Amino acid sequence: MAKHEYAFYPGCSSQKGASASNYLTSVESMCKTLDVKLTEIPDWNCCGASIGYAEAGELPRHVMNARNFALSEKNLPGQEIVATCAACWLGARETRERLTHSDTLMADTREALKEAGLTINEMPNIRHMVEVLIEDLGFDEMKKHVVRPLEGVKIAGYVGCQTNRPFGVDGESFENPQYLDKMVEMVGAESIPEYDMKVTCCGGALAFSEPEKAQAQIKDIVESAYDHGAEMIVTPCPLCQANVEIYQGQINQRYGTKFNIPVMYYSQLMVVAYGGSAKDAALNGQVIKARRLEEIAAKPVKR
Amino acid sequence: MSANTALAEKYRNNFLKEIEEQVEMGDWVKMCMQCGVCSGSCPTNFQSAWEHPPQELFMMIRAGKREEVLTSSSMWNCTSCYNCIVRCPRKLPITHIMHGIAEYAHRLGMAPKMQPTRFFSGLFWKNCTHTGRVNELKLSMGLYFKDGLGAGIKEGMKMKDVAIGLLKAKRLNPFELFGGHKCKDQKGIQAMLKKAYEIERSRKAAKMAG
Repeated sequence: MAKHEYAFYPGCSSQKGASASNYLTSVESMCKTLDVKLTEIPDWNCCGASIGYAEAGELPRHVMNARNFALSEKNLPGQEIVATCAACWLGARETRERLTHSDTLMADTREALKEAGLTINEMPNIRHMVEVLIEDLGFDEMKKHVVRPLEGVKIAGYVGCQTNRPFGVDGESFENPQYLDKMVEMVGAESIPEYDMKVTCCGGALAFSEPEKAQAQIKDIVESAYDHGAEMIVTPCPLCQANVEIYQGQINQRYGTKFNIPVMYYSQLMVVAYGGSAKDAALNGQVIKARRLEEIAAKPVKR
Repeated sequence: MSANTALAEKYRNNFLKEIEEQVEMGDWVKMCMQCGVCSGSCPTNFQSAWEHPPQELFMMIRAGKREEVLTSSSMWNCTSCYNCIVRCPRKLPITHIMHGIAEYAHRLGMAPKMQPTRFFSGLFWKNCTHTGRVNELKLSMGLYFKDGLGAGIKEGMKMKDVAIGLLKAKRLNPFELFGGHKCKDQKGIQAMLKKAYEIERSRKAAKMAG
């Protein structure tokens, strides 16, 4: 039996061929090393994300998340739900809070769920993968498995918004959370605690609808990483990852910059440090290749 | 009588009450003390300036400026970063109030038609509830082709390099156009959502009548 077991809510962006499929691949490798068993909630659906607000309304949005709770309770009773995506985690946690605090909303949700033949009896705990790593396993346990430290690599920890606000991870400050820097240190790399754009918004969904506004944000985030001597950026959020990575070419055209900095997930750094291959860490999923990590991943492991 | 006229008539001279009863988290608006921390913390207000930043919208609501608030493009500039929420000294759920006012304006047909984030927001919700899961390719195509075929091709060309990068990294699947990821129990999801909308509508109507 695995040391830790959870009901897994992977979310739309992590599916095969989707924008964060590399995140899922690396999380799976990471969990194998750490003996964490994730069982996918059968037939899970989209959380609705924050950007659906024009038509989502209050109850329909919560009902979408509640369906996942009900499916989890039915198929994986007693397990906490773990999400890897910031928006999935936030959406589900928000629904958990609202339903817990309002009997009316809870009753209405149960009535709607009945139409799908489902119900909720117990409210599940909703966790982010980073919370599981830090709170349930701890830094010492995570560090034990490092066999290939990322020595000399300087990495800017970009926390972003939704894994930070409004719920936060491990009771950290909203203005200057430290956990991502600690994770960078844990894998043997060099963190940049003074990276001043670590909680700046990447523009979220506006990167699609009003790119000039989002790209102004992204420019600041990337520029500050360069100013602090970073070789790469690391993040726990799929939208942060995509937004900060894939528009660097357009930003270069717009602002005359020469940005070309890789943007990684924490799980990719961990897989390489744990002795995994470039394939295990899904390094082939980067639009801007992380050459330095590829080189490290090609080195033999001293065990 | 249109829904908008009916609501305007019912809440005549009391727009604050209308917002309190009809908008998600609207009952928090009266708690704003006009300190301006939300406006100073907002990334898109900081970069490009909202027409009316949050604390200004709150005062306009109290001043009964119904038309100006509901037709404003401001709320649609929210990136859902939650900075305003965590910094508000009175703990107003500002992000949710912004989404709530935007949703209400959209529901009444008062929101600016050409506002791109309004369009994208509706498109996203339809996309993810259609099969239960987001189809990223159809979502992007839907946005680029919103102003017709010619404009869509032009928009698509602008995004060509981004798309090629994602294709090479196997993070964009062209076959999503012909199906893609979906939930098995789509019927259940549709029935459940239909019920949820019915209940929400009847709760709002009861408040209006009460």
